[in-house]
Amino acid sequence: MGRYPAGSPGWRDKVTGQANYGADFSLPGMITGRVLRSPHAHARIVSIDTTEAGKLAGVRAVVTAADFPDLPSEVVAGGESPVNYRYISCNAIARDKVLYEGHAVAAVAAISAGVAEQALKLIRVEYEVLPHVIDVRDAMRDDAPLLHDNLYTEGVDPKPTKPSNIAKRTEFLLGDPAAGFAESEIILERSYTTQPVHQGYIEPHACVASVAADGMTTVWSSSQGQFMVREFCAKLLKIADSDIRVLPAEIGGGFGGKTTVYLEPLAIALSRKSGRPVKMVMSREEVFKASGPTSGGVLQVKLGARRDGTLVAAECELAYQAGAFPGSPAIPGCMTAFACYDIPNARTVGYDVVSNRPKCAAYRAPGAPMAAFAVESALDELALELGMDPVELRLKNAAKEGTRALYGPKMPVIGFVETLEAARAHAHYNTPLKANQGRGIASGFWFNIGGQSSAAVHINEDGTAEVVTGNPDIGGSRASMAIMAAEVLGIDYAKVKPLIGDTASVGYCFLTGGSRVTFATGKAVVEAANDVVQQLRARAAKIWKCEVDEVIWKDGVAHPAQGQTDTRTQLSLAEIAASAARTGGPISGKASLNVGGAGPGFGTHLCDVEVDPETGRVTVLRYTVIQDVGRAIHPGYVEGQMQGGAAQGIGWALNEEYVYDDQGRLQNSGFLDYRMPVASDLPMIDAVLVEVPNPAHPFGVRGVGEVPIVPPLAAVANAVARASGVRVNDLPISPPRLLAALMK
Amino acid sequence: MSKHHISTTINGEPVEFLCDTAQTLLDVLRDELGLTGSKEGCGSGDCGACSVLVEGRLVCACLVLAAEVDRCAVETIEGVAQGNALHPLQQVFLNEAALQCGICTPGIIVAAKALLEKNPDPDEEEIRFWLAGNLCRCTGYDKIVRAVQQAALVMRSA
Ligand code: FES
Ligand code: FES
Repeated sequence: MGRYPAGSPGWRDKVTGQANYGADFSLPGMITGRVLRSPHAHARIVSIDTTEAGKLAGVRAVVTAADFPDLPSEVVAGGESPVNYRYISCNAIARDKVLYEGHAVAAVAAISAGVAEQALKLIRVEYEVLPHVIDVRDAMRDDAPLLHDNLYTEGVDPKPTKPSNIAKRTEFLLGDPAAGFAESEIILERSYTTQPVHQGYIEPHACVASVAADGMTTVWSSSQGQFMVREFCAKLLKIADSDIRVLPAEIGGGFGGKTTVYLEPLAIALSRKSGRPVKMVMSREEVFKASGPTSGGVLQVKLGARRDGTLVAAECELAYQAGAFPGSPAIPGCMTAFACYDIPNARTVGYDVVSNRPKCAAYRAPGAPMAAFAVESALDELALELGMDPVELRLKNAAKEGTRALYGPKMPVIGFVETLEAARAHAHYNTPLKANQGRGIASGFWFNIGGQSSAAVHINEDGTAEVVTGNPDIGGSRASMAIMAAEVLGIDYAKVKPLIGDTASVGYCFLTGGSRVTFATGKAVVEAANDVVQQLRARAAKIWKCEVDEVIWKDGVAHPAQGQTDTRTQLSLAEIAASAARTGGPISGKASLNVGGAGPGFGTHLCDVEVDPETGRVTVLRYTVIQDVGRAIHPGYVEGQMQGGAAQGIGWALNEEYVYDDQGRLQNSGFLDYRMPVASDLPMIDAVLVEVPNPAHPFGVRGVGEVPIVPPLAAVANAVARASGVRVNDLPISPPRLLAALMK
Repeated sequence: MSKHHISTTINGEPVEFLCDTAQTLLDVLRDELGLTGSKEGCGSGDCGACSVLVEGRLVCACLVLAAEVDRCAVETIEGVAQGNALHPLQQVFLNEAALQCGICTPGIIVAAKALLEKNPDPDEEEIRFWLAGNLCRCTGYDKIVRAVQQAALVMRSA
């Protein structure tokens, strides 16, 4: 499989400005929706009076929580992890209490944005302001203000009698850590903190909803899954799945942050009330205050090893901020913390903690980067104490096929060792460093997932084909779909058009997330294309008046099976397609699968930095991402995933954080003060593809999108520590923080 | 309050529109004229997704009032390709996978085109600083910088 050819159809509109993202869509008669948001971090809603707003000329509808069903609290499968629809509903529009600054309280639809904004000012909300809590450690204290009166810590015995902000405690155990530490010759124990960071997609959340007089609801929205939007809106508004059709807009970045709904249920409710299509778009401030981010965490790591570097025991305790409602990625944090290594005795304990911040959402490898920051930083210190090369230390303990993971299974075929060996052999690893410069190395793991996917491949009369799937293309997956279909059909890539269907035109697909699309939906595409090949052979057999198994399909052409001696000629796909009407009708294949066997992904990153001792400013000089990608279908987009993940991780390590005032109000809700990396902050990022094929995929594909954000936090921190001699265990390593550490 | 009547040239064609005093050029391009290729990522001049040229000068359309472009020439992403023929930057961005989600791409292509018209042979640092006002959250910029360099080469040898 080669590179996708130049200028191919399907996403050319992304370079011409013609691609339609969430905010680009309009309908006749459409009106504009706006959201009234809480100015308080924590308050009881005493009353909401919308009378005046409703009377304003040009206002067509006003909704509050009273317009939505009061759902029971129950955890069900859905989204990227189990979901509680009550929480999603109460997050989309506050019921009884506001739990963070920016929490939606009411929504208005009006004939213009100006009128809608005027109407928001006329809504009178009486609040009883309550004490709030922002920091995860404060939230865990016995005397902390409680966000939810009925939240009792799960996973502790005996069942607590008092409510708490700790939603859940989870523990994973392997072997006997106490015995392991007893036999260790060196023990290292450290504490770490990381800050919540936003996914930072450049496209704010946006949608249009239109409810017809008969109740049929149509939604156009930018999300990571049109089926997710349908499912969530159906549950939140108690509508039948079949009464909602969701059409996917082009998505302007998600990184996990668009795996839930914020605006869609409000837009539907407003459209239902007004009888008009309603468009809603978040401002950047709203994106920061009311969507995402991922959790910040407080972590404690303890490593026990022998003098030769063999890890004998390990423990990690982590507390992750969930934001206003339970659901931080503490569990994946616990599962991934030590997954790179073969450690016989290990324990991880995780706490899911609510506080008065926006409810966290998935962000690339949810939960893993924080845990890896702690573990990989501690390993770096261990390597220094043992006088060992950090790659050597990792190689000595690396997980391999058959290694028992702390979270249960044995590792299948994986390529972690190969990434470490590639790191050691890379020119970067041997480039000399100057004064104030340092080199960091860190590794990372992500499970990757499979799941439910559907695909259809349609053959057109002229021999071209469409491949239709139900996964928004967030980073180039259309290209992978087209390449895989073309490969199976044996025709030129340029003849295959990849399309993303709406919820009524393609079978169910679980959302774009978990690094699953090229793997799982790709497998559905391969099966659908195989289905087409079967049909093409049958048509050839019919034309040739022979048995199907006397026809073989090769390079896009039907050939008589070997040993058949007669005068049959070959039949190309285009020839068979042209005569389809006479041989049985349209040729179209499909597959709907629940795909297992996602191959775990591993990566190793190298980072060189220079520290300015005067200012504490860190400059990233060199960066190399090495990752086992299974098999790269479109190498350019695979490299792009690796480079983009690394860049996000560098921002997480060095700059990004939420700054709150003492009232719990966010102080940096814009790109000027929430500082994501810009082009001049970064060097070229070398991407090295290690290919250890995943035996569970016909082309060997492993997910690639999430692993690359796992190692950078520690890779950067380790580089800073080696450059400056000072180790900062609290992210971000921003200039003031590093300078303070240097001054000590 | 009466609206302003503005006469302008957009992508070489005469365009007239009415706007409120508070409307930005970006609002008018997107909501009134249907030119949705310019994107709104922030509305505050920090992301560059709305980059356009006004009288040849690279600006954030979200920071320009629509009424300010009276009698000015405006160029947007929609004017970069000549009919069906892509500009070298557009072609190279596609070939080199210099975009993922693509929401930053219109702004980056408009900005990079302005750079290459000023300086046909920029080095890596010049490109990085020129594009420092254009946020991309997907790519880590590596392929974007390389694509601009390659497009520059294509344009120089054309
Ligand atoms: S929308 Fe204009 S700079 Fe971001
Ligand atoms: S390609 Fe998504 S922001 Fe640049």
